[in-house]
Amino acid sequence: MSQQPRSHQPRSTASGKSGSGKSGTGKPAQRRGQQPAAPRPGLVLDVDRSTPPVLLHSGEQFRLERLPAGRSRIIYPPEPLPGLEHPDEAIRDALLNPVDSDPLPAQLFSGMKLTIAFDDISLPLPKMRRPDIRQRVIEAVLDLAADAGVDDIHIIAALALHRRMTEAELRYCLGDRIYDAFAPRGQLYNHDAEDPEGMVMLGETRHGEEVQMSKRAAESDLIIYVNINLVSMDGGWKSTATGLSGYQGIRHHHNVKTMRNTKSFMDQENSELHRSNWRQGDVLKSAGINIFQIETTVNNDLFGDGPLSVLAKREWEWSAKDRATFLGVKTGLDRLPPSSRRRILHSWEAPYALTSVHAGEVEAVHKLTTAEVYKQQLVSVEGQTDIVLYGLPYVGPYNVNSIMNPILVMCLGLGYFFNMYKGKPVVREGGVLIMTHPTTNEFHPVHHPSYIDFFEQVLAETTDPIEIEQRFETSFATDEWYRHLYRTSHAYHGVHPFYMWYWGSHALEHLSQVIIVGGDPATVRRLGFRPASTLADALEMASDVLGPDPSITYVKNPPLGMADVT
Amino acid sequence: MKVQVPNPLNFLRGLGFPYTAAATPRGVEPVAQASKLGDFYETEWARSPLAQATRTAALETIGRAVTTAACRPEVRNSDRLDALRGPTIFVANHQSHLDTALLLTTIPKPWRQQLVVAAAADYFFDSRHSAALAAWAYGAVPMERNKVSRRSADRAAALLADGWSLLIFPEGGRSLDGWGLPHKGGAAYLSVKCNIPIVPIHLDGTGRVLRKGSKTLNPQTVVVNIGAPLMPEDDQDARSFAVTIEQAVAELADETSSDWWSARKRARTGQTPSLSGPEQDSWRRDWTSPEHKPRATESRSWPN
Repeated sequence: MSQQPRSHQPRSTASGKSGSGKSGTGKPAQRRGQQPAAPRPGLVLDVDRSTPPVLLHSGEQFRLERLPAGRSRIIYPPEPLPGLEHPDEAIRDALLNPVDSDPLPAQLFSGMKLTIAFDDISLPLPKMRRPDIRQRVIEAVLDLAADAGVDDIHIIAALALHRRMTEAELRYCLGDRIYDAFAPRGQLYNHDAEDPEGMVMLGETRHGEEVQMSKRAAESDLIIYVNINLVSMDGGWKSTATGLSGYQGIRHHHNVKTMRNTKSFMDQENSELHRSNWRQGDVLKSAGINIFQIETTVNNDLFGDGPLSVLAKREWEWSAKDRATFLGVKTGLDRLPPSSRRRILHSWEAPYALTSVHAGEVEAVHKLTTAEVYKQQLVSVEGQTDIVLYGLPYVGPYNVNSIMNPILVMCLGLGYFFNMYKGKPVVREGGVLIMTHPTTNEFHPVHHPSYIDFFEQVLAETTDPIEIEQRFETSFATDEWYRHLYRTSHAYHGVHPFYMWYWGSHALEHLSQVIIVGGDPATVRRLGFRPASTLADALEMASDVLGPDPSITYVKNPPLGMADVT
Repeated sequence: MKVQVPNPLNFLRGLGFPYTAAATPRGVEPVAQASKLGDFYETEWARSPLAQATRTAALETIGRAVTTAACRPEVRNSDRLDALRGPTIFVANHQSHLDTALLLTTIPKPWRQQLVVAAAADYFFDSRHSAALAAWAYGAVPMERNKVSRRSADRAAALLADGWSLLIFPEGGRSLDGWGLPHKGGAAYLSVKCNIPIVPIHLDGTGRVLRKGSKTLNPQTVVVNIGAPLMPEDDQDARSFAVTIEQAVAELADETSSDWWSARKRARTGQTPSLSGPEQDSWRRDWTSPEHKPRATESRSWPN
């Protein structure tokens, strides 16, 4: 492995959309007697001897680590943008004044077949405080549908191959009013991608990609899709072409080849995943599927002013109360059994605020939505690094109210976090990725049954994504037991762990080594990675590959930030 | 043999972050925190029934014992408030830290049972501990004295509207030399804005008991002279009403040092001695300062 030149020059830069390249952190958050100042953009901080230890998430625990001075930098995410002052009015306004589409009331009529689909529990992360955006939007839609005399309404959780949502989760997302009105009549349910009677094939793209969809949705006069765009990967044609699809359709873009040509899946312009979804969207349009897309964005406010607010602050801004809270929370979590830690953290409800809502034609809406996401998350970063460091939190898209198993650890680190870039990856090709997570050999038996077999049977033989795809995917995807659990229990589809592995295939190809600090050694080795007990050990191990004094970039996350690497 | 006691603060410092605060990294502009002190200090908790009950208990025991021992207060003319009802603004000259405790134990009931004290936001509310102590012990609310603050005024107006009475020292601080300082307009403004009567009070002698800057008590009798309530006239603005109030306190001072009738006559002819003393800056100003002159001992001629 050849050693490349050091990849970034130290510089303190306030960056983001409004970043000017000047030193500092932008405007102060608030001055006495004044309105709160504009939220500060992201910050790229060069580590020197005065830099305090930085906070890293490590699953359900936290670590404070001091980074080597002179060759490390920290990317802090931008501060939360202010939310819309009157979200319900904004939603109504979006429905009445949509983008490139007739107003929603003009598309509703008595006797029509209306399907409302919505993003499942994998968004947002962590779950937002009630009322959830989906409840607000769908209630507004139903108000208009009631005015128009629409009776035939189905509300579908567009979960593709994810696990079915429980009643409690549906009630949480949609509210009791909607649940009680529609669920007992069988008009509110989870999408079933394995229902032979409930799915329909709508055609193929020019690339031979099959397009599959929920039959009910396909036969509707109008599909209203209600989305939450937490990251720039979400939304657009991915909502309907993936969310309401099945294995036959999804396999055409959820595969190793597509993911390796997706750089990154957070950057739609350079994402083969999105191009494939957009092609499938064209087929939907050609098939006469009428979609009214409603996309929403939320700010970065995961922790609000509550007891966890310290987690969103920059370390040198921690007050005495913050430090005491942190020490208390850390000490408490360290001493609790994992199940209790998990229960406490998964009960956290983020005080997200709605920052935008757009409705209308899918692609036109999605352009506006993506701009809003970038406005919140982009941080300008100059140059790549030799080592990228992530602290993995307790929750990812696929372990809400569940356990983050080793495969989800891989997916979160090498899939989601690694891909939170635009332009170039934060770490150079041949670099090392270090992440902190306990990575125990623990699985949720109800939610992730096929993951257990994937870990025990597939990863025991190989970690090569292509070999995994060729040798094992079909048997898992078509396994009757997994299919049964997916349809009747609350299990992810049999093929889902494969997709998690593919999600990290671009990173696996790009990196020379992956090290997990604090990870269970046997489990980490099964993943094909190297365990390290401390960050210092991990950096030492990385130096074996990269040479002495490699440059390090720690991407502090959450709250979410996305590196715009030039 | 000397035993060295370990300093817990040094121990904490040795532990470093997060036991102690982290330094702001170079090149990063520190955040200006939204202050919760000064004018922004929230005192609502100090008006809760529990805080009020403990405050009253402390004032009626410790507070009264200290003020009685130090000041031997002689309250005069409290009958002038017999016809007064409802929330009131009490204004007094200010010579000593004892003034507040003295007034909180001598202002007649029922006003002192629901009384807040306007206290300098930059002095009493500059740290969390002193702010909490002032809010609890005196029922103090922060008042900006160096600049116009809508927040201070609005807070005081809201409290008056809620039925609270207000004690305010319009000089804005303790006298340096025993002579009074020019009155600020806050009390008059609130009275005009809220249509609340002003009760002027003159304190004579607290500066001699515990003058500004002194840490030694010099116990002696103090006179608390309560004036007749004042209401702004229909078209009177706050500025001219402030002059009226200052004049009323000056007349009370004259009354204390002489007698009611003599003071009245001087007031009618515009000869009431000024509270701020002679204008010249010489030994004669200090010589004639109320803080230095012996207390008037002659009895008042009329009425008694």
